Amino acid sequence: MGEVIVITSGKGGVGKTTTTANIGTALALEGKKVVLIDADIGLRNLDVVMGLENRIVYDLVDVVEGTCRLKQALIRDKRFNGLHLLPAAQTRDKNAVTPAQMQKLCEELKQHFDFILIDCPAGIEQGFKNAIAGADKAVVVTVPEVSAVRDADRIIGLLASNELPNPLLIVNRLRMDMVKRGDMMDIDDTIDILGVDLLGVVPDDEKIIVSSNRGEPAVTEDSSLAGQAYRNIAKRLLGEDVPLMNLQTEETFMDKLRKLFSGKNKKKH
Amino acid sequence: MALLDFFKFFGKEENKSKDIAKERLKLVLIHDRANVSPKFLDLIKGDIIKVISNYMEIDETGLDIRLSRIEQEDDNYTSALVANIPIKRMKNIGKNNG
Repeated sequence: MGEVIVITSGKGGVGKTTTTANIGTALALEGKKVVLIDADIGLRNLDVVMGLENRIVYDLVDVVEGTCRLKQALIRDKRFNGLHLLPAAQTRDKNAVTPAQMQKLCEELKQHFDFILIDCPAGIEQGFKNAIAGADKAVVVTVPEVSAVRDADRIIGLLASNELPNPLLIVNRLRMDMVKRGDMMDIDDTIDILGVDLLGVVPDDEKIIVSSNRGEPAVTEDSSLAGQAYRNIAKRLLGEDVPLMNLQTEETFMDKLRKLFSGKNKKKH
Repeated sequence: MALLDFFKFFGKEENKSKDIAKERLKLVLIHDRANVSPKFLDLIKGDIIKVISNYMEIDETGLDIRLSRIEQEDDNYTSALVANIPIKRMKNIGKNNG
């Protein structure tokens, strides 16, 4: 019996789709059977981020309306054994699906897959309600900015009132250089405010954009810091105890000078 | 020494923008979480006026009531309903006649 995990955030543009693509791919690389569902009907994107946009025949709405069988709509990712995508419809809207239909769909997919990851649309309306309807667990993605953290808090409240208490938090696009300067809320600040458990921290990484340009998730690239962070997150979802990675950036010339003059010229760990 | 001050200036602790962000967020989340609308506060205001008016005459136009955060002794913050109620005069019932 598989587990249904919804990836949500409230605010748009914080990295839900990238997170879904990368965790899903990482879980497949760990040997799990995974299906990614794009619940963002009308604004589908998970297909392009995954590089599977040319293989869509049927979509989520076709499945719930009975136009095709579930198996026909699932796109098998040939690069990663066990990974599948159920794309969103692009020409319909969020009202084309009901929470009850999503629940039924999730129940069916649980029979065949280890993990069902749902990429939730931004907002708190119908699309959000559909996306969380069949979920067993929720992952909230945020970035360390006031607007995103505020929306995350609202989403955490809404999840709790929809029988999804204790979601896990991913802090995305952390910039250690800004944290060091005191110009970005750090992990402790964010957890302190939101009061939820941390699933992982993903550093800001140019390679994420490069990988979505190519349609190849960053977890496949060994040199990508964000990719490494997502691989760690996947391992944690599998129950492994993986410590947070060391995000200390290289010292700048100014850092070195400052340390020299403040008498704390110690080597960093 | 001058150079040290120079670096202190750039690395000064107070007024970090992340601390401002954190404080602002905490305050805004109190309102978000309590889901308090202006109408809700108006209801409380009306009831408080009703009760207090039994004992004293108050300036209803100058009455200010809001949700706020106050610092406790252990440096933690807690939410508080803060009311500022200007008194015009005490009513006889409230005076200590003994």
